[in-house]
Amino acid sequence: MMEWTNLLSEWALPVVISSILVIGHFRKVPVYETFILGAKEGFPTTVRIIPHLVAMMVAVSVFRESGALDLLLKGLRPVFDTLHIPSEIVPMALLRPISGTGSLSIMTDIFQTYGPDSVLGKIASVMQGSSDTTLYVLTVYFGSVGIRNSRYAVKVGLLSDLAAAAFSVLVVYWMFGV
Amino acid sequence: MINVIWISLLLIGIAVGAATGNMEGITRGILRGAENGVSVSLGLISILVFWLGIMKIAEDAGLVQMLSKLLRPLARFLYPSVPPDHPAMGSILANMSANILGLGNAATPLGLKAMQQLQELNPEPHRASDAMCTLLAINTASLTIIPATVIAIRMQYDAKSPTDIVGATIVATFLGTLTAIVLDRFFRARERRKRGIP
Repeated sequence: MMEWTNLLSEWALPVVISSILVIGHFRKVPVYETFILGAKEGFPTTVRIIPHLVAMMVAVSVFRESGALDLLLKGLRPVFDTLHIPSEIVPMALLRPISGTGSLSIMTDIFQTYGPDSVLGKIASVMQGSSDTTLYVLTVYFGSVGIRNSRYAVKVGLLSDLAAAAFSVLVVYWMFGV
Repeated sequence: MINVIWISLLLIGIAVGAATGNMEGITRGILRGAENGVSVSLGLISILVFWLGIMKIAEDAGLVQMLSKLLRPLARFLYPSVPPDHPAMGSILANMSANILGLGNAATPLGLKAMQQLQELNPEPHRASDAMCTLLAINTASLTIIPATVIAIRMQYDAKSPTDIVGATIVATFLGTLTAIVLDRFFRARERRKRGIP
């Protein structure tokens, strides 16, 4: 399993890129000129995203640096205790949708303290791998086309993050029989 | 909703900072956040430029159309409002494939491209369309089959078997994505009922 997945993740990108180039060339696509034409769109798209990301990241950063996040976590602890969700994992579940690097650093923290093979280490790994930074994806995706009214998208994103976090705990308990 | 989240994060943060005498934390938060926002955006430039170039070749070579033919039944179910032959469908499918393969870096530019093409179909440019909401639901749930970053960090910390979480991650991701799709449909139906659209 390990070799198989490593191999796949190592080979996927080079294989995809070379197939596109080779097939493009044989179908008479002027590959270099076409690449340049497509790549030109990259810069304006990025520039359009900047204000959206700055707005969101300032808010998240203020929330964390002010100590509000710690307070929230402390307050929610009893709730998670009654749900049998290990309290060490709660900050990660809450941070996962708002900061990818934030939740990643909590995961490494858990690895350091409890080891990657501990139940907590496994839950953290699954949690990190099974969802994405919703607020970032939302900001970047909608920001790039100037959507102001995101309708129910935020709700759906955050609720499914919650579900993914809960599933991570359940699946690890189920698969590793603890 | 995003308005409420944004203003709450900021105002609660500032209030807590004021109550605990941690005003420099707020200043630091603002400066760091702004800096991160710009550096993350600029960090996207390299990969975005590269992938949009490669994607254009794939598009002109007819590869995107091939892929969409293959996954058409699934896409038709998920995106009923997008005409099956519209270029947006190709980008949506390419984004999906990149996510499934765990090519996170490649998935974002493809998703952004899909967004831009969906915007062409959107009658109200400032309001997200149904298809845009679905695209977002699927992307925030992350379809990843190989969590490459997690595996790499597990290796660094000498896990006995760094990849033993792959199976559990696939199950959790699948259930999470399924939840996202169901919620997307649920809230859409609810919104329609409220607005009186059949």
